[in-house]
Amino acid sequence: MRVKKLFLSLVASACVLSPITVTHAAEAEQFFPMLVYRTGPYAAGGSGFFGGIEDYYTLLNLRDGGIGGVKLTYEECETAYNSDRGVECYERLKSKGPTGATVVQPLSTGITYRLIERATADKIPVMSMGYGRTDASDGRVFPWIFPIVTNYWSQNTAKIKYIGMKEGGMDKLKGKKIANLYHESSYGKETIPVLDTQAKKYGFEVKHYPVPHPGLDQKATWLQMARQYKPDWVILRGWGVMNPTALKEAQRVGFPAKKIIGVWWSGAEEDVIPAGKAAVGYVAAGFHPSGADFPVIQEILDKVHGAGKGNISPQRVGTIYYNRGLIAGIITAEAMRTAQKKFGTGKSITGEQMRWGMENLNITQARINELGAEGLMSPVKVSCFDHEGGGAVKFQEWDGKKWNVITDWIPTDQGIVRPMIETSAAKYAEEKGIKKRSEKDSHGSDCTVTS
Amino acid sequence: MLYREAGQFKTSYAADQAIFPILQDRWVFWGFMIIAFVVPPLTGSQYLMGPILTQLLVFGLAALGLNLLTGYAGQISLGTGGFMAVGAYACYNFALRVPELPLVVDIMLGGVCAALVGVVFGLPSLRIKGFYLAVATLAAQFFLTWIFDHVGWFTNYDPAGVASAPSRTLLGSWAEDGGPLGFLAPINVLISGPRATPETKYLVTLAIIVLLALLAKNIVRSSTGRAWMAIRDMDIAAEIIGISPLRTKLLAFAVSSFYCGVAGALYVFTYVGNADTEAFDLVRSFQILFMVIIGGLGSILGAFLGAAFIVLLPVVLNITAATLGEGTLSSDTLSNLELIIFGGAIIFFLIVEPHGFARLWQIGKEKLRLWPFPH
Repeated sequence: MRVKKLFLSLVASACVLSPITVTHAAEAEQFFPMLVYRTGPYAAGGSGFFGGIEDYYTLLNLRDGGIGGVKLTYEECETAYNSDRGVECYERLKSKGPTGATVVQPLSTGITYRLIERATADKIPVMSMGYGRTDASDGRVFPWIFPIVTNYWSQNTAKIKYIGMKEGGMDKLKGKKIANLYHESSYGKETIPVLDTQAKKYGFEVKHYPVPHPGLDQKATWLQMARQYKPDWVILRGWGVMNPTALKEAQRVGFPAKKIIGVWWSGAEEDVIPAGKAAVGYVAAGFHPSGADFPVIQEILDKVHGAGKGNISPQRVGTIYYNRGLIAGIITAEAMRTAQKKFGTGKSITGEQMRWGMENLNITQARINELGAEGLMSPVKVSCFDHEGGGAVKFQEWDGKKWNVITDWIPTDQGIVRPMIETSAAKYAEEKGIKKRSEKDSHGSDCTVTS
Repeated sequence: MLYREAGQFKTSYAADQAIFPILQDRWVFWGFMIIAFVVPPLTGSQYLMGPILTQLLVFGLAALGLNLLTGYAGQISLGTGGFMAVGAYACYNFALRVPELPLVVDIMLGGVCAALVGVVFGLPSLRIKGFYLAVATLAAQFFLTWIFDHVGWFTNYDPAGVASAPSRTLLGSWAEDGGPLGFLAPINVLISGPRATPETKYLVTLAIIVLLALLAKNIVRSSTGRAWMAIRDMDIAAEIIGISPLRTKLLAFAVSSFYCGVAGALYVFTYVGNADTEAFDLVRSFQILFMVIIGGLGSILGAFLGAAFIVLLPVVLNITAATLGEGTLSSDTLSNLELIIFGGAIIFFLIVEPHGFARLWQIGKEKLRLWPFPH
């Protein structure tokens, strides 16, 4: 009898106490799901990128106690760059933390495609920085998707501009032959339409060569491309192990590395070092430089890695993928600050509030300097009309030891890209029965004017 | 003790030929069915119903399809991913272009298209066997994914080649509000698209798979199934006793591809919501072949057990490693731990029981029937 009573009182007190402890523990935290990939053929990109984001969050937690008194928390889930696992990880993590997932960053175009409709239904913003579905730049049709900084099509116009510069003017492109060597996936195929459009506009010829995942077998493709088609330039739209393999194959068939232009997922240290000498002179696009000579990175090395709390080996701090992750962390944190300014600090914001923060994000040059990231990133201004919000690309050359930036910011050609995005987004809206957002339901963000 | 069969007499041929001749098995089966249909929707967990159970069911169905071909009819195929893709893209195009059709009909039509394609790629099986046939079906895998990658019509000219499942209902657009069959609107639930609830998606998938698994069980118990097994065990002997290899082998390809096609369509419509050919690549074909091998060749149950092993074990390992090792092990180690343990488990189970989980299950059941007095 007494045992039973004791047991009952214990249960009762546990019931009374547990909600209190839960709310206490959950106070002022902001949860970020991390769909990492540290295994598989693309692990170099995944570990570097997420190491950068996590280091930046750790820095904010250690230095400022989070953002606006709210601690940043995260949990990793390994996707191995596999889309099925990506969906599983998203579903696993989306309702964790006090307000669920704040923003999802899949770092995979395939997973981004899988999540577009899910996240829209769940009211969780997706930030696909420099990857993902290009026409999602039209925020009127894709309110929850942010291909922030620069999308694939914009990048591609900058690349053609660079080739034009090297040829001595855009009019010299006429009659030139460009081969597009792409990773056969939704990521790789994304730029085919914009290249075709540009080919028509500038009068050059373009031929698309697919390379099946993971890209280790390119012998036949390079033979056919370099010996029979004889292109003037090759655009390398690779990912992971496909990149060094391509550079080595190019050397084998005698195609000069300096005539190969990589996209920014083909332009990291991990992509060229395995290719050895074959990569010297190879040029790749990027929306940020590599290197650790930025105040913010020095602070991370000092306060995060110095305290033994780094999320990646210190040697990789300052590599291309690391810096890209760091920029993603900065943009996420700034969007969260923007949302806090509107909805209040000291408490966790919801996915919807985060979306507002991302849509009204404006990172000026002054703010970048304040953050200690001068020269690391270019200003970003997002609106309902334009979810891309940036739009300049730099080119960098590999000298065998490090990447050297060889151009200034090259602006993208929105005259070509924007109409294509709007057509494509309108087609999607029609297929899915989505009504374009207008001024009224954009909650204060501009839906009509080009920013 | 548990299996006390004393007093269970069969008084008709029908009772003797039942799928579950033992009463206790029937109880377990019906109890399991009730749990499968009732418990997950009651929990309301999107995670459990979506990536865990629906994924398991879809791949279990694909493994079942391949098991009919490889396990029962003895024809090795590496084209499973390709046949799934045919089902997926055919169903997508029916749903997109003929919204009047009920989605379940679209899914079945997807299966029918896959069956037709399967018959064409099954033709080489009349001349070649074993590994050579595996290579011939490999051609199906590459050819089919190539077609869907390069013919824009199949994906409605999407720039990235991604077929995104449109929102479709159980009974089709005619039975929606305002349609000629509008009075059916209250029961006409959404099955696909982002607004469909995870409960409906799960229940529709489960219902289709239960029916198809029942059908498969009965096919393999019929003269068709016996003909497949005769061909598998010795094709010349089978031919001598009057089984036509042409009909039997092509039928096996057709039925198997139908199941794979339906699995592909369900993958797109009730599980992920969209698909590109990456989801149906060679790795997928191998994955399903492994499910069949680990689950047990020539077993309906084995297909689902194998799918559970391949699909769920990595997830369970990942969650366990993440929970137990947090803070003590580095994230790199945790990610790789999953691969190490999963690889080890495959080797362990294949050494312990080379005939797969279905055989383990069978041995376990035999022992239970004698327990506690084995003779």
